[in-house]
Amino acid sequence: MNNNMIYGINGPVVTVKNADCFEMMEMVHVGEQNLVGEVIGITDKFTTIQVYEETTGLKPGDPVSGTGAPMNVLLGPGILDNIFDGIERPLKAIEERSGAFISRGASVSSLDPDKLWNVTLTIKAGDRLEGGQIYATLPETPIIEHRVMVPPELSGVIKEVKPDGEHRIFDVIAVLEDDLGELHDLTLCQQWPIRTSRPVKQRLTPSIPLITGQRVMDTLFPIAKGGTAAIPGGFGTGKTMNQHQLAKWCDADIIIYVGCGERGNEMSQVLDEFSELIDPKSNRPMTDRTVLIANTSNMPVAAREASIYTGITLAEYYRDMGYHVAMMADSTSRWAEALREISGRLEEMPAEEGFPAYLPSRLAEFYERGGRADVLSGGEGSVTLIGAVSPQGSDFSEPVTQNTKRFTRVFWALDKALAYARHYPAINWINSYSEYFNDLDPWFKENLGEEFTEYRNNISALLQEESSLMEIVKLIGSDVLPDDQKLVIETARVIRVGFLQQNAFHAEDTYVPLEKQKLMMKVILHLHSKAKEVVAREIPLSKVLEFGLFDKLTKMKYDIPNNRLEMFDDYIVEIDEKLGTLLQ
Amino acid sequence: MIIDYVGVKEINGSLIVMDGVKGVSNEEIVDIKLENGTVRQGRVVQIEGERIVVQVFEGTRRISLKNTRTRLTGHPMEMPLSPEIIGRVLDGAGRPIDGLGNIFPVKRANINGTPINPVSRVYPKNYINTGISTIDTLMTLIRGQKLPIFSGSGMTHNDLAVQIVRQAKISGADSSNFGVVFAAMGVQKDVAEYFRKSFEESGVLSRVVMLLNLSNDPIIERTLTPRCALTVAEYLAFELDMHILVIMTDMTSYAEALREFSSSKGEIPGRKGYPGYLYSDLASLYERAGMIKGHPGSVTQIPILTMPNDDITHPIPDLTGYITEGQIVLDRTLQGQGFYPPVSVLPSLSRLMKDGIGEGYTRGDHQSLANQLFASYAKVIDARSLASVIGEEELSPIDKKYIEFGKLFESRFVNQGFTENRSIEQSLNLGWELLSTLPRAELDRVDDAVLDIYYKG
Repeated sequence: MNNNMIYGINGPVVTVKNADCFEMMEMVHVGEQNLVGEVIGITDKFTTIQVYEETTGLKPGDPVSGTGAPMNVLLGPGILDNIFDGIERPLKAIEERSGAFISRGASVSSLDPDKLWNVTLTIKAGDRLEGGQIYATLPETPIIEHRVMVPPELSGVIKEVKPDGEHRIFDVIAVLEDDLGELHDLTLCQQWPIRTSRPVKQRLTPSIPLITGQRVMDTLFPIAKGGTAAIPGGFGTGKTMNQHQLAKWCDADIIIYVGCGERGNEMSQVLDEFSELIDPKSNRPMTDRTVLIANTSNMPVAAREASIYTGITLAEYYRDMGYHVAMMADSTSRWAEALREISGRLEEMPAEEGFPAYLPSRLAEFYERGGRADVLSGGEGSVTLIGAVSPQGSDFSEPVTQNTKRFTRVFWALDKALAYARHYPAINWINSYSEYFNDLDPWFKENLGEEFTEYRNNISALLQEESSLMEIVKLIGSDVLPDDQKLVIETARVIRVGFLQQNAFHAEDTYVPLEKQKLMMKVILHLHSKAKEVVAREIPLSKVLEFGLFDKLTKMKYDIPNNRLEMFDDYIVEIDEKLGTLLQ
Repeated sequence: MIIDYVGVKEINGSLIVMDGVKGVSNEEIVDIKLENGTVRQGRVVQIEGERIVVQVFEGTRRISLKNTRTRLTGHPMEMPLSPEIIGRVLDGAGRPIDGLGNIFPVKRANINGTPINPVSRVYPKNYINTGISTIDTLMTLIRGQKLPIFSGSGMTHNDLAVQIVRQAKISGADSSNFGVVFAAMGVQKDVAEYFRKSFEESGVLSRVVMLLNLSNDPIIERTLTPRCALTVAEYLAFELDMHILVIMTDMTSYAEALREFSSSKGEIPGRKGYPGYLYSDLASLYERAGMIKGHPGSVTQIPILTMPNDDITHPIPDLTGYITEGQIVLDRTLQGQGFYPPVSVLPSLSRLMKDGIGEGYTRGDHQSLANQLFASYAKVIDARSLASVIGEEELSPIDKKYIEFGKLFESRFVNQGFTENRSIEQSLNLGWELLSTLPRAELDRVDDAVLDIYYKG
């Protein structure tokens, strides 16, 4: 019998007096409309609840009932090609029910309970199953096979199995008897608390790169499958654009895109673009491998806080099936602000800039859920985490950026000056870094040859050198520099404009295979070393520039199609011929 | 049974605390009757058992612990709506002040609105031709967008907003389904009057709804003004299928009102004393722009904010920039040189532009031209900073060309008369004409095929 009632209301925070039946982090229903909430604080007098929906109209005395379980998500087929809010409510189904504006207390099952799935069972009666093992498969979308797994904490012997065929997600398709002799129904779905990470057999070192087709990311600051990255940048520097590019082109099997406190129009753009975009590998729309979680900035703030956890739980679930999952969170700063807002309502003692003192530990917990692992179902999977950070006033010393930096290993720093000059992606090559070089080096050597690393180091060195030369140029102009230093500036210009800059709207340039990236570097460096020879013989650099080779190289990203890589040889020949005339 | 609660327990700034109140719901509106007969309205902002905190919109002046009788109205803040609202002048809380009587509501809507389901949104793609070269070419305004003007005190943002309203041609909209909702928050009487007059001159006044919370009006009422305005806008757009342009000025005054309210409530302040939820609060306004599937109407927002001390990293412009889809930044130096509109091109941006321009919308070369203008103008700034150190004479020939290009760009492209209405063709051609003063090899953002057509150097 439930007789717990609302006592106080302050924004999204509700208190209940004299209740002793709630657990920390338990999911509760609040008010006549059954708004979803979560217990975030308990004292002997008051239980504090954060409500995931607008609290307008709630009254003291309205009922509050516990569900006896922590904040859960439902995991099963139907997640892909779907769009959820921060607590896994399907927005399409809500639209059908309540129209274009989201009404409150909409209780809709997260996954379609009536849809029939064509299930193939991979077990027979008498088999012994451990937690996380696969007992059935079904095609969730034409390109992704959904592997139904035993909940991790369960193991035992199969007593009964239904035949292959069409089943709904809540249909019992097998019965398992655990070691205590208790019977458990196995369906196509399971529940999992969002704030708990799903177990794996063993964590592995990330040693395979996540290939993104974005030159500055792949070559200069690569990320591993199972790695963590932060993209910080002020407004207008292209965080969202970069996240979209990654979601479209990176070679993960599954993409989880979390729009956390961001713009509604951006989410509709993602929806539009992804359903039109065809994945070149499978010839299917991108949406077949994508899950969107949209908790836009005007949707309830507490659900925004939860959306990150919902996203990562879905990601871990697909990882457990043996997939490589990439999760984009745009933006983690909005999530941190949601923490701050709720912390403020609880009148907690604030730390830096009003953020709660537990901000770093929450960030650490989140990023620690990424990684590459041997999963319980037998294969190998990974969760790559890429979080956008929106620093206040573009100041990277603010707490969210600084703490994120501590827990991520790739830092793609976006730069306002580059964005103003419309140099995209506006990743600053001096401030950014990747700590995965050493882990990934063997892979690059094996797949792209020894020279790849060498090229990358040379490119990086040239950019560094240019950066210090520019200090001088800013003071006295470039005319006074000796020719060999001018050459560095010219080559660096080719690298910046011809290589680092990438046009996301150009059909050829939006995604560039690694092989082409390598050849581009090769040609640029070849021109540089040849020109260096010329300059060393005291022939003026202006003679070299007259050939227009530098300008030609800045346009090779457009001029050489991705499938005609043999054209690079012509460039090498042309460089040798033209500069050869000077050397004679 | 209706109960009047006599007296209050505590008064603090714009807040009153009352005890022993039963059956109150969160965010409910209350009527507070003073002994002298005046009635004020307030909103329940916090409940603790029978103790409630009420925010009084008109302020707490002359309220004592005993002289009030408070009555619960049983509903949250609602706005009466009907097609008749078009052409009316309302106060900051949505009550008519034009002497034309009350509005007979066809419906009432909660002023807080409800979030648009992201699935139901239509991604905005139709551009609005404003006739202003910088905006049309470099930061194209799209129907359903929220594009703020970041300005400073004493700059010509009001003129710019008026010019946009006057010249805005929305494709597909004829004069009958185009309307303006104007929300003034803490602006001076003559500024509001200037807008009214300008609307009149451009012949749109009969399709304008004005909500005025002037600088001497109650500050707390200011927190309601944009919400009432957007509620009207949503009604006109999504129920009467109109294309609505919402102009909200000045968002800085709004945020300051919010700060005042927050501090009197004793909340923990965030940056510069603004409440920690400033982002969520601003988002709850700005996100009400957009288009919805199955409805032909649209809500486009042009909020105007004056950056305190012209500082774009101040929390108000900073958070606004994170929510809105771009920004138009005005620059005091340009204005000082006598240029109008003083649009600072480099920090300005329209995020929705890329899908609303080009072949079939404006012209095929639009995107390349815009990229190139941005890139070349960025080099102008570099050349100028170099020139300020070593002198213009010492610059390399190419840097000198850029200095020259910069002058032309500002005086001919950015600078444009208050009444000058340039077609998109004119603006684009002017852009190419100016770029053609630079050597062709410098135009590295444009395909050769496009250059062959438009480059005339």
